[in-house]
Amino acid sequence: MKILVPVKRVIDYNVKPRVKPDGSGVDLADVKMSMNPFDEIAVEEAIRLKEQGVAEEVIVVSIGVRQAQETLRTALAMGADRAILVVAADDVHQTTEPLAIAKILAAVAAEQGAGLVIAGKQAIDSDMGATGQMLAALLGWGQATFASKIAIAGGRATVTREVDGGLQTIDVALPAVITTDLRLNEPRYASLPNIMKAKKKPLEEKTAADYGVDPAPRLEILATREPQGRAAGVRLASVDELVGKLKEIGVV
Amino acid sequence: MGVLLLGEIANGDLNRDATAKAVTALRPLGDITVLCAGTGARGAATAAASIDGVAQVLVADHEQYAHGLAEPVAALLVSLAAGFDHIAAPSTAGAKNVMPRVAALLDVMVIPDVSAVIDAQKFERPVYAGNAIQTVRSRDAQKVLTIRTAGFDAAGDGGTATIADAASADDPALSSWQSDEVATSDRPELTSAARVVSGGRGVGSKENFAIIETLADKLGAAVGASRAAVDAGYAPNDWQVGQTGKVVAPGLYVAVGISGAIQHLAGMKDSKVIVAINKDEEAPILQVADYSLVGDLFTILPDLTQKL
Amino acid sequence: MSGHPEIERESMDYDVVIVGAGPSGLSAAIRLKQIDPDLSVVVLEKGSEVGAHILSGAVLDPAGLDRLIPDWRDRGAPVTTEVVDDNFFMLGAAGQVRIPNALMPPLMNNHGNFIVSMGNVCRWLATQAEELGVEIFPGMAASRVVWEGGRVKGVVAGEMGLASDGTPGPNYEPGMELHGKYVFIAEGARGSLAKKIIAALKLAQGHDPQKFGLGMKEIWEVRPEKFRKGRVVHTMGWPLGRNAGGGSFIYHFENNQVLVGFVVHLNYANPHLYPYMEFQRFKHHPMVAELLEGGRRVSYGARAITEGGWQALPDLAFQGGVLLGCSGGMVNVPRIKGNHNAMMSGIEAAEAAAAAIASGREGDRLAEYDAAVRGGAIGADLRAVRNVKPVWSRLGLVASLMLGGIDMWVANLTGWNPLGTWHHGKSDAAATGKAADFAPIDYPRPDGRLSFDRLTSVAFSFTNHEESQPCHLRLKDPAVPIAVNLPQFSEPAQRYCPAGVYEVVNDGPTPRFQINFQNCVHCKTCDIKDPSQNIDWTTPQGGDGPNYPNM
Repeated sequence: MKILVPVKRVIDYNVKPRVKPDGSGVDLADVKMSMNPFDEIAVEEAIRLKEQGVAEEVIVVSIGVRQAQETLRTALAMGADRAILVVAADDVHQTTEPLAIAKILAAVAAEQGAGLVIAGKQAIDSDMGATGQMLAALLGWGQATFASKIAIAGGRATVTREVDGGLQTIDVALPAVITTDLRLNEPRYASLPNIMKAKKKPLEEKTAADYGVDPAPRLEILATREPQGRAAGVRLASVDELVGKLKEIGVV
Repeated sequence: MGVLLLGEIANGDLNRDATAKAVTALRPLGDITVLCAGTGARGAATAAASIDGVAQVLVADHEQYAHGLAEPVAALLVSLAAGFDHIAAPSTAGAKNVMPRVAALLDVMVIPDVSAVIDAQKFERPVYAGNAIQTVRSRDAQKVLTIRTAGFDAAGDGGTATIADAASADDPALSSWQSDEVATSDRPELTSAARVVSGGRGVGSKENFAIIETLADKLGAAVGASRAAVDAGYAPNDWQVGQTGKVVAPGLYVAVGISGAIQHLAGMKDSKVIVAINKDEEAPILQVADYSLVGDLFTILPDLTQKL
Repeated sequence: MSGHPEIERESMDYDVVIVGAGPSGLSAAIRLKQIDPDLSVVVLEKGSEVGAHILSGAVLDPAGLDRLIPDWRDRGAPVTTEVVDDNFFMLGAAGQVRIPNALMPPLMNNHGNFIVSMGNVCRWLATQAEELGVEIFPGMAASRVVWEGGRVKGVVAGEMGLASDGTPGPNYEPGMELHGKYVFIAEGARGSLAKKIIAALKLAQGHDPQKFGLGMKEIWEVRPEKFRKGRVVHTMGWPLGRNAGGGSFIYHFENNQVLVGFVVHLNYANPHLYPYMEFQRFKHHPMVAELLEGGRRVSYGARAITEGGWQALPDLAFQGGVLLGCSGGMVNVPRIKGNHNAMMSGIEAAEAAAAAIASGREGDRLAEYDAAVRGGAIGADLRAVRNVKPVWSRLGLVASLMLGGIDMWVANLTGWNPLGTWHHGKSDAAATGKAADFAPIDYPRPDGRLSFDRLTSVAFSFTNHEESQPCHLRLKDPAVPIAVNLPQFSEPAQRYCPAGVYEVVNDGPTPRFQINFQNCVHCKTCDIKDPSQNIDWTTPQGGDGPNYPNM
């Protein structure tokens, strides 16, 4: 079985995003970019499945700007076998929506004969949390989102999912799309020797047009602003005063 | 034309709070039809019909919808979608699983986590973990959205909606439910709790955390902790509130002995009322708290617990 | 991290191994490949990407860049904001006096210089280097020196995944040994490997002790009507006064961004001094507040700089390698510039190493590099200003401005310094006085608009450290902070650290010393200033530390 893992290049999770003063978006110039953390978990899981002998090949794919090559190299250094870069934007501030991404991924999955797609549950920039589900819909496959445990046997995946208030375990027929939650695994480091070796692994470059997909967005972003800050409140002198206030505003 | 709202159902019961908050958010967009799908969903349907602002309730009482599996629920929504401008759900884990699938089947973009409805095409939603708010306009004919309920008040009672049956759609039968494992704590779940009491490094030890828990239990609150407290081993990791832990937005957040590093503030700044109890009057948390008490938490907390 | 000597590591041989992707390391890499494209050159960088750990003013004198890449303008170097307006002020608490430019020695003139983000310049240099075939590995910290007898043979880099007790964790990666015919140490001020090599090979013997300053910097986005692209402002005086040497810089960079920095010389005596709060207070000076009012602070960071200059330059060459840039200490203090010298030192080292390798040498001492630095442009630049800092340290600000100024004027005109060579006194650590001998300083509370508490600022350095690793700030004796430093010096680590790493916590019967190493911004001040010299700054796992955008 081949596993396809989509990875996204996003603003590094340590960096606080800064809204541009003119409201046109978040400033991504000079900002450190990294692999989306949920995608790292997806790559790790795919590699583990290969190490267990469940999969033969792990293919990573990134869709977006050309600089996403670096993200793919990281995935290759972690242990993915080969990479596909689909160039769909030429500016880092141009976003490609989950619907277009899912359409391209559906074409890639068909072309590569993938038997399983493992994706991150959401990207930490646009916070859509939609690509995996959309891809499953377009392919007519089953889906298991927010996975914290995956077991594969007999053409099915048994997946434990993180849901509100606990865990749900479901069985999904393969091929399927699984999306990863934080507790699924602890991704390995891309080691220095493996980074060196990854430079020699194959990385194929394509465009959205190669897959016949129009990446034009359906959602027009009219404005981006900072959330309202909180004003400093009142300093109280005693516990009685606090209890009084809390009762007054009705929170206790 | 109007809004088709997927009612949130857990264990056969309507999650009235989440559903009624979504009703408030969506009401300006037109008549609201609530879909209740599940085994024995009639009880939930009756509850939904009583929410003020609901025009109609559809019931799909069928075993295939019992566990909220994405494929059959999405197929059902798509089969009913014609005639609705907006197909929506409260942003629960269940809806986040289903709604993007619905959108893709309708060839439209999903608009997740809507925090404000501006008009029928324009919506606000947080991005970058709440560090920015985007206003988006959908170019799609039908809009599929999920509502971030924390920002809306629940619609009241007094609704008298009609209840009708919805025909079940074909189940694609791609997945099957195996088991549920419900968290067993008597305390509410941290991310959805209406009240949270969190302790920081100022609490001083794992044993001392008991006074945080006592206050929490008195308030019926969930217990949280700062990263510093977790690092120091005072509290387990899944209590951690902050950028690297859980993001919470309860009605009341009580921060005890927490200095208020940015990482922590990122995880709780959307709380409606923030109370800070800290001995350091320069602690940054005091700059975001609605009410603060400066003093020794070991005298304040027992006193507070007793007086509430 | 000390690593585990018993662990088997892969190794790889290069012609030149360079530790640190700053201006000196990258210049060396580029020059090596310009001379001989067949040389194999690797650059190791502990920051998560090139530029992530670069913090500099900076007004760049393009002398080094001109020599390295003469057509840098056509190659899109991010060096575009020319200095148009140069101002120097003496500040009082409520006002300021401008020193006329005519009184400033010509070498202080910034005409023809550029306001830059050195982080971005380094990112650009890295692309130039990679085009030439240099291998650059960011996120890979060089944590140990590989010795072969008295020769530096290489470094261990990329060791990751140690558990907090120092044993290999579940995701442990041993890293690898990178061997070079020559190893270039380009870690910047007080580098963790440079420190070990300098000590082991006694490279500082016969030279003055190295002196340091702590530079703190914020980037502000100011209101457009207040922005004057290309304006340079330097100040001295308030709020430091007699407590410490130092001063500020305010550079109007681009896109309404103003770079605001504050340097405190680390030879201050009063252990109650709180450099971070001095910086915060400085922003409330009417002249500065007027500029920042209505703007917003977008990033923060800090880094130690070298101030010892000519007298403190150690032996720069040793068996198997050399010290580049501020690993040796090449900042021109009155000009507040070191990047040009850093780049030129990289060029000199590259030329020396390339010639040596071409003639079949390897692993020996590149004495010709040391001679080229001292006898060439770098030496000339540092020699002329060699007395400013020691005069300042001994006679104070006003006298140093006059006497040091005359010395610079004469040197500038005649090439001869009337003061001869004054020497640096004690090390910065030894200069620290006893708490009882000084009055505590009362700092105003940050207002959250112009000034901020330290933890809020640290969040604007975007620093992060994997928590489950050994603390990279090692105490030689864990008892010293509470037993010695607290009673004698009121444990100054609580104050000199610009990132709030060190705390004395009173939550039990006795105070305890807490190290929040996750906050560390890799400035190295603790390693320099701890009066007991008990803190050893070692490198944490690669990729950790600040993530500076355009510092």
